[in-house]
Amino acid sequence: MSAQLAADLAREQMNIVIVGHVDHGKSTLVGRLLADSNSLPDGKLEHVQAICKRQGKVFEYAFLLDALEAEQDQGITIDSARCFFKTDQRDIIIIDAPGHIEFLKNMISGAARAEAAFLLIDAHEGVQENSRRHGYMLGMLGIKQINVVVNKMDLVDGDQATFARIEAEYRAFLKEIGMTPERFIPISARDGDNVAIRSKTMEWYDGPTVLEAVDLFTKAPPQEDLPFRLPVQDVYKFNARGDDRRIVAGRIESGSLKVGDEVLFSPSNKTSTVKSIEGFNIAPTDSAAAPNATGVTLTEQIYVGRGEVMTKVDVPPKVSTRFRANIVWLARQPMTMNTWYKLKLGTQELPCRIHELTKVLDASELSSDSETTEVGRHDVAEMVLETKSPVAFDLVADFEATSRFVLVDAYEIAGGGIILDSVEDNLGGLRADMRDREFAWVTGDVSNQDRSARFGHSPALVLLTGGTGVGKAAVARVLEKKLFDAGLNTYLLDGKNMALGVDHDIAEQAAAQADEILRRFAEVAHLFMDAGTVVVSTSNTFALADHGRIRTLVSPFPVVHVHVGDDPVDADLTLTGVDGDVDTAVEAIRSELESRGFVSG
Amino acid sequence: MADHLQELENQSVYIFREAYKHFKNLCMLWSIGKDSTVMLWLARKAFFGHVPFPLVHIDTNYKIDSMIAYRDKLAHEWNLKMVVGQNKKALAEGMNHTIGRLTCCGALKTEALKRTLEGSWERVVMQPDGSYAPEENSEPYTGVIVGARADEEGSRSKERYFSPRDKHNDWDVADQPPEFWNQFKTDFAPGTHVRIHPLLDWTEINIWEYIERENIPVIPLYYDQGQGTRYRSLGCAPCTGNIQSTATTPREIIEELRTTTIAERSGRAQDQEDPHAMEKLRRDGYM
Repeated sequence: MSAQLAADLAREQMNIVIVGHVDHGKSTLVGRLLADSNSLPDGKLEHVQAICKRQGKVFEYAFLLDALEAEQDQGITIDSARCFFKTDQRDIIIIDAPGHIEFLKNMISGAARAEAAFLLIDAHEGVQENSRRHGYMLGMLGIKQINVVVNKMDLVDGDQATFARIEAEYRAFLKEIGMTPERFIPISARDGDNVAIRSKTMEWYDGPTVLEAVDLFTKAPPQEDLPFRLPVQDVYKFNARGDDRRIVAGRIESGSLKVGDEVLFSPSNKTSTVKSIEGFNIAPTDSAAAPNATGVTLTEQIYVGRGEVMTKVDVPPKVSTRFRANIVWLARQPMTMNTWYKLKLGTQELPCRIHELTKVLDASELSSDSETTEVGRHDVAEMVLETKSPVAFDLVADFEATSRFVLVDAYEIAGGGIILDSVEDNLGGLRADMRDREFAWVTGDVSNQDRSARFGHSPALVLLTGGTGVGKAAVARVLEKKLFDAGLNTYLLDGKNMALGVDHDIAEQAAAQADEILRRFAEVAHLFMDAGTVVVSTSNTFALADHGRIRTLVSPFPVVHVHVGDDPVDADLTLTGVDGDVDTAVEAIRSELESRGFVSG
Repeated sequence: MADHLQELENQSVYIFREAYKHFKNLCMLWSIGKDSTVMLWLARKAFFGHVPFPLVHIDTNYKIDSMIAYRDKLAHEWNLKMVVGQNKKALAEGMNHTIGRLTCCGALKTEALKRTLEGSWERVVMQPDGSYAPEENSEPYTGVIVGARADEEGSRSKERYFSPRDKHNDWDVADQPPEFWNQFKTDFAPGTHVRIHPLLDWTEINIWEYIERENIPVIPLYYDQGQGTRYRSLGCAPCTGNIQSTATTPREIIEELRTTTIAERSGRAQDQEDPHAMEKLRRDGYM
């Protein structure tokens, strides 16, 4: 690297967002900042002025930002626009976020990328609905450096008392949600007062101008010193051009890693040792640290994939099916109880639903409604979320990347949230036992990958449920035969055979020994799957409530729950009206397995 | 502590890996220009030297000559799956920029791109011997990786990393998905597709800094070949002007960009046709 390039790269870069209520002058401020710091390319100002002239309207600085037709027509910012300028100290990306409530999700998109924020309040209108809502969102998005800019001071003749009143009111609001702004700055973006040039009409103010304040923001401390976290994005084996490396890829969100480190994958509890650090066009290295995207190979070939969180063994993440969270909801359709949404947390994706709705509040008023059973558009809420299978996470107070999530409803990102606390789900003790089992598990020289590669599929447990007489036993038998004929390694694990053999000693005390019978069933299924088999079973013996335990006991192998019958059950696949049509039912299950990638078409 | 270039690389690599995981029919547009060539390099970073999806080039037949030769050379050296699409009908009927620059762009770029991506027109794919033959797979691409940068012009500053397009290829600027932290829109309804923008946060200077740091072999048209001129932005020969410059290295280009106040695309004639030309083209699917 040349010395000049090294010097250039040493310059800091920072993302700053400008938020606030509609019409409080965000775009005007950004336009001013660009113009007064000489950051516009030649011709840009003239180009926009020419458009204004052609359209017969008076030029405003905001038009520099609102470059899209739709926005100029309405005179409001619709989306977060980015622009670039520099100060003596660093390069700045300014994100101008829309202030209209209708575009809250766009404001969030802009603000989620920022390290610091200017929040604008109109001196004439005072604190408005979105002044408060945006303040709340900044806190939730994790932006800790906030400067409040009181704009349009020209409309109140630069009155210090008006400024002081707004400062007192807004400071009190932020305090209520646990936030402390760094400072309040009185400006007139239209006239350029206290933007880049110190105001002559507000001499009572002796703090920094907006441009000076930009350089007073500080970069967050490096995440390198925190415990190690790497959400696994994927496991690659390209095989092209003689490359047989099996690389676990992801971005190091915090901490550092070196060759020889023992690592833990959660929630599956697999452990291995780092064999090498991989990269393209990099100098050979035996260590990697946050915030770099990287890849590692492991000494033992273990069964892990996307969604696992890789950590050091001594500082594992939390694992549960329940956690307490703050969320903001953005979809038109409200968030309701008993509806499954897709949770995306780190690189994990799995179904979740509201377990308990603690409170819903209007973020602009902080008024709470404890009676409500749904979360409406633009509401914020505190709730306990419940996931279908265990998820690995951290608390927002400890780590950012592994405590933030979004909720997807019908293809759309419908909300986002942060995890406040882990909640006990009655399976914690069992999971701890399973973690111990996985840690101590002995493997031979044949890995799960070797087995999958030979068999052409990965293991799974297909668990059929349903009332008596719906034909699930027949479906199970035909399914085993069909999968077998298609070349799969498969086995029908029948409950009767369990009672005759493994459970022979306790089969007669079935009711009293229900827990032990379930444990043995799951452990046997676990062994079959460890041997690479697709296990098919019916589970009359087990209540649906036991499925959580079965999933935990057979982890890290997957369970596909197929329910036969018309009664509403939360299964992975529900087959209604099977009657005698076993073949159709079997085909449906087969294509479900295929869509999950367990078997190939 | 990572410098800003390293942070940009990290984010782009993260986006590439998310895209590869979520889209079965994924492709990347490669215009042979500096941005998409840097993006191609970033793909090799993300996938440890491999590029596990096809690269799509729309050949307008008016590209500066050396661009095609350069494309095929790199495709061969880097083991790329190279797919090419073209509006053969419009070319046969004599389409060219004198008919109207925006009309020409609309036919040879926008229409050709749309048809190639949806698979309704023939795609040709590079063979081991360097020739091109029709591709059998005509499935639509559901994820399209594009090298747009937010600093290029106004409408691009409003893009998302993952940006949905509806069945008519429309970009609904006013109703875009939220992007919280590093969670992107990776779920999409049948018939729609998603454009993925790994370079969104990069500036023109960042691109050259990265070319310098990584020693990326971008097409030599960007450097002065002794005539005292070079291209700053590449497109079709008739509509792309060069600039006065004696820069022959990325470093010299960076120094030049530091002092220039001329917009990057000022040499692209189609932008000058209408104050909102680019936004209109982009709504119609132009990249």
